[in-house]
Amino acid sequence: MTTASIDHQSSGPPRTPGQGRKASRNSAGSSAGRTPGEGRMAALLLSPTLLVLALVIAYPLISAIHQSLYRAQSGLDADGYVTEGEAFVGLANYADLFAGESGHRFMNAFGNTTFFTVTTVLLETLLGLALALAMNRAFKGRSFLRASILVPWAVPTAVSGLLWRWIFQSDGIANTLIGSEILWTAEGTASKLAVIIAEVWKTAPFIGLLVLAGMQIIPEEVYEAAKIDGAGWWRQLGSITLPLVKPTLLVAVLFRMLDALRMFDLPFVLIGPGKESVETLSMLAWDESNQLRYGSASAFAVILFLYVAAVAIVFVKVLGADVTGAKQLGAKRRARKANRIQKAEATQ
Amino acid sequence: MRQRRHTWQTLFTTTALVMAAAVGLTACGGSTSEPKAAESSATAFEGKGPINYVSSRDASGAANKSIEEWNAAHPDQKVTFIELPDSADQQRQQLIQNAQIKSDTFSVLNLDVVWNSEFAANKWVLPLPADAIPTDKMIPATVDAATYRDNLIGAPYYTDGALFYFRQDLLTAAGIAAPPKTWDEMKSACEKILALPEAAGMSCYTGQFDKNEALTVNFSEAVASAGGTVVDAEGKPTVDTPEAKEGLSLLVDGFKEGLFPSDAITYLEEQGRRAFQDGKVVFLRNWPFLYSSLSATDGSSKVAGKFGITSIPGTDGPGVSTLGGRNLAVSPFTPNKETALEFIKFFTSEEQARKRLELSSRAPAFADLYRDPAVVAKRPFFPTLLESLENAQPRPKVVQYGATTKAIQEEAYAALTGAKETDAALKDMQAKLEEISAK
Repeated sequence: MTTASIDHQSSGPPRTPGQGRKASRNSAGSSAGRTPGEGRMAALLLSPTLLVLALVIAYPLISAIHQSLYRAQSGLDADGYVTEGEAFVGLANYADLFAGESGHRFMNAFGNTTFFTVTTVLLETLLGLALALAMNRAFKGRSFLRASILVPWAVPTAVSGLLWRWIFQSDGIANTLIGSEILWTAEGTASKLAVIIAEVWKTAPFIGLLVLAGMQIIPEEVYEAAKIDGAGWWRQLGSITLPLVKPTLLVAVLFRMLDALRMFDLPFVLIGPGKESVETLSMLAWDESNQLRYGSASAFAVILFLYVAAVAIVFVKVLGADVTGAKQLGAKRRARKANRIQKAEATQ
Repeated sequence: MRQRRHTWQTLFTTTALVMAAAVGLTACGGSTSEPKAAESSATAFEGKGPINYVSSRDASGAANKSIEEWNAAHPDQKVTFIELPDSADQQRQQLIQNAQIKSDTFSVLNLDVVWNSEFAANKWVLPLPADAIPTDKMIPATVDAATYRDNLIGAPYYTDGALFYFRQDLLTAAGIAAPPKTWDEMKSACEKILALPEAAGMSCYTGQFDKNEALTVNFSEAVASAGGTVVDAEGKPTVDTPEAKEGLSLLVDGFKEGLFPSDAITYLEEQGRRAFQDGKVVFLRNWPFLYSSLSATDGSSKVAGKFGITSIPGTDGPGVSTLGGRNLAVSPFTPNKETALEFIKFFTSEEQARKRLELSSRAPAFADLYRDPAVVAKRPFFPTLLESLENAQPRPKVVQYGATTKAIQEEAYAALTGAKETDAALKDMQAKLEEISAK
């Protein structure tokens, strides 16, 4: 659903009407001169797509919202059998998220989810950028480095969770190396740190490779021109590399954020279910459904969905992340323009 | 701007169409959430034909052999083995999902003893007819664990109890004649042993204390060993009692006084095994499956030939083990109930249990097998395990087991780590358990 909404957000017509590019690849827009018959035809042709969307995106979503308004009313009768039934409870499942024991768990999980997202994505971005800068240089064994950097990303998360669990055991490699006895997998700050380390290790390469791809389309002449102008490495990084790689970087960061908000398997395997210090919203929803409380599990899931959607929309609107590539052409044009200007300056 | 308005219109129309279609779909699927009519389940076991046996994998292949034997004798009532994932949580989920949609795919269910009450109370399994299973020849605790409100709802398949592993060589070196039977004896034994030069740097005892099902096991054992209970026969929680406090204090003080290794709060079965096997602890509470790896003479175990086993210690005498294991039960949704019942009788018979012992070390429910010299020759820990099992108690028999074990882990863990005082933890545990059982 999130990707779909992003799609609608940014696949609209070009923001500057004056540009007036014929948006022939825009499926939704470009309707200036169409006749009613064309519209019906378009609707007809699109209907299979809409049906599939309804089936795989809207149906589960509405079903979850529907479920979140109900609660299983179970009690035991005299013979010890469960009397079953689901009662409509309105927004009670949502109200419970902010009060009492379940409210405490929810706020804790919400805090953990946000904390992990902010810290891991920040560290991944910095590390990913550094990796991309390192890989973008020509040196011996560059392709080997590129391949090897992908290994953490290729390992399934549950498996890397087990590997890190091994490392973070009380008598594991981590404690041996730093010569201390930190209980990484027990409740506490150390377990949060363990999750962050493992998560960054796993996903920094993802950002690194996406950013590397973005860097490789920056024309070499731009750098040559800058060099002639006497710009140092830092100046080149700040004035050329980062601005030009920004669209790619934003998309990578957005994807990572959406992923991190749904984090489940790593803390689950590495630290274990039910540990307050690392419990995320997804783990909470899983736990509730495991206890057959589908109503509150759905409420958690819906809240998580809204949270993820809100973050995505804010990210796209405020930072202008270009998810569908609509603005890429413009960016290229700007790059060429910058190139030309710099060349002109260089020849003066 | 005109273009932009059109886009929004299209977007709205699209969304509306998609939503309308989805609402239609939801409405179609909505009929399943109606309250189920509490129909009186026909307890008549009728209908013959092929059935499915649903269970976790049996790596030893012993279960498959029993099924092959059945199939050879009953070609028209073939049993098919449906394997479930190894994770107990996932097994439970699949079994429940199948029961909730009343699918007839699963005929005979392999249930963990702690799911017994939940499945019985929800009528996801049928009570077995009286006298169908020779319960008088089985270890009483295993029958108790398969019973819900005086009805036997599953046939005990295999069972499991705690063993107390101890370092015989160090006991001898310290001049201690017999292994400790109580916590006090264990503490004074440790004082002597840890003073020995060869025991330098060792800790006294460990169990499993990570926030996990194993913590519920260790907590229940400590409480029961101190004469308390977690829930009474009616399923009412009873943890805010002096006995329960004494039990939990054994574990809390163990950490405080340095009786346990400081990292024991992260221990599950496997970490405890390694600690004992590497000579880091003198005493260990664990399951019988460790016995073979501890006795391995290929150099992997430093304690091979140096350790002994006995029942876990209590406060005044031998402690009380909790019970593990599995039961077989019949789904009410299978059309071939007679075959299912006959198959269960066959599969859990003493004869089949004896045959499976050839391949598998899973502890049978029949007490006689533990005294059989031929069996004991192969499984030397069986007599001790029988003692442990004869004294064993099931874990809390409650319908909402999942929530119960979670509440126990939460509060016991808080007490062990010092986040809460023992009294406060037990009080909160009692409150949580009361809330769960009231639902």
